[in-house]
Amino acid sequence: MLGRRILSAAARIPTTIATTIAATIVCLSVPTATLAQAQQDKTIAEIEKYRQMLQDGNPAELTSAKGEDLWKVKRGPKNASLETCDIGKGPGVVKGAYAQLPRYFADADQVMDFESRLVHCMVTIQGMERAQVVKKPYSGAGDSATDLEALTAYVVEESRGAPITVPQVHAKEIEAFRRGEKMFFYRGGPYDFSCASCHAVDNQRIRLQDLPNLTKREPAQRAFATWPAYRVSQGAVRTMQWRIYDCFRQQRFPELVYLSPASVDLITYLGVLAAGGKMDSPAIKR
Amino acid sequence: MNKASVVAASLLLGAVVLTIVAGCTSLIGNTNGSGSAGPRVPTVQDVTASMKSSFKPAGSALLDRLDQSELQAACSEYAGKELPKALKEKLEKAALDAVKYPADAKYSGDWRAGERIAQSGVGMQFSDAPNTIGGGNCYACHQLTKAELAYGNIGPSLYNYGKLRGNAEATMKYTWARLWNPHAFNACNNMPRFGAAGILNDAQLKDLMALLLDPESPVNK
Repeated sequence: MLGRRILSAAARIPTTIATTIAATIVCLSVPTATLAQAQQDKTIAEIEKYRQMLQDGNPAELTSAKGEDLWKVKRGPKNASLETCDIGKGPGVVKGAYAQLPRYFADADQVMDFESRLVHCMVTIQGMERAQVVKKPYSGAGDSATDLEALTAYVVEESRGAPITVPQVHAKEIEAFRRGEKMFFYRGGPYDFSCASCHAVDNQRIRLQDLPNLTKREPAQRAFATWPAYRVSQGAVRTMQWRIYDCFRQQRFPELVYLSPASVDLITYLGVLAAGGKMDSPAIKR
Repeated sequence: MNKASVVAASLLLGAVVLTIVAGCTSLIGNTNGSGSAGPRVPTVQDVTASMKSSFKPAGSALLDRLDQSELQAACSEYAGKELPKALKEKLEKAALDAVKYPADAKYSGDWRAGERIAQSGVGMQFSDAPNTIGGGNCYACHQLTKAELAYGNIGPSLYNYGKLRGNAEATMKYTWARLWNPHAFNACNNMPRFGAAGILNDAQLKDLMALLLDPESPVNK
């Protein structure tokens, strides 16, 4: 019953968005200078109000519910559930675990973010083929969530309210942070962009989109705490891996490989800077 | 003390000294992280290699985009820090010397076409179709006209750019070079090298010149 109620709420959202966007566009075309500023403020206020409204019925709940089922059901050649997966707090412990990743795992001898660890468990516990598991990590337009998105949405939901504590104890955790920091400032591609081109100064925007200064604690906390998120404009839950993947796309870099070393290093960098924030994911974003 | 006991004492002392030195060396060795435990400081080569292993080519975006030019490497190294004066001058001179001015010495095109280029944010992404005509995406970072309110603020406002500067030959040349390669005037700033990196062609750059400098352009109204 609850599922059906959420489903109908989700189905209503696109029309509401369309109306809001249409209203926004109409507002934006008023030419006079002071009126323009007032309209812009009003638009931002409206978007904020809309965000608040959306908090009541986040369609990510559906994705999390699907992910919980997937976590607990026996699947794969080994006919096993993921309930024995150790995501850092011991086999089977899901509560609060996402907030402490990425971290070093001795059994894999590497630093892993949640999505890397999830794939590791699907391969080692369920016997799935890695190449098959990571073939299509992100859902396309109009598709329902991929298994990886759903499972991630479930596990992160179980960390809501947990303090972000990405460890810096093992040498490889410290090295991941250090590389991540360098990668954050790595300029390349035809546009010469790095992450820092957009995310190292306070109060900057692209068009009307606010850009968090991720080198500072408070914005880093907010960013880390609110991914994965349901993206209203895409009608899908997007993960932290996706967030970085799509930033690099806009940076005009080649295509970031899912679970690649750079992705884990950058998530480590952000997670360490976000220490002390409280997880609040899946969030809902424009 | 007879001769034999002196030799014995010397040998003993020597052995003690050697033992202490050896002990210290191994201690220093350990604190230096010669074991597997100590975290290493990543070199530029480590970071570049890790970046290159993390991407795959897609569309027009090939892996060579991760090979840093001298400018990109220097700007990465000194991100958030002041560029040494000599290096800054060297980078700026190299950028300015390589500017290609229009062969027909005509700097201005159609400001209406320029406005469309300023609005367009596509091109060169791995997700773009290969025949995509790229834009300049100026509004992502700059205010240009009063009509467009959805502008970013990473770069300065360019509203009234031409009205404030006029359109003398020197201004035209400066503006062209600034679009071609902004590092010619301010090394390691954030703006793409629209001409030098082949993001926009000469005709598109001329249209942007008109958007900025034509008295009829809404930028100057």
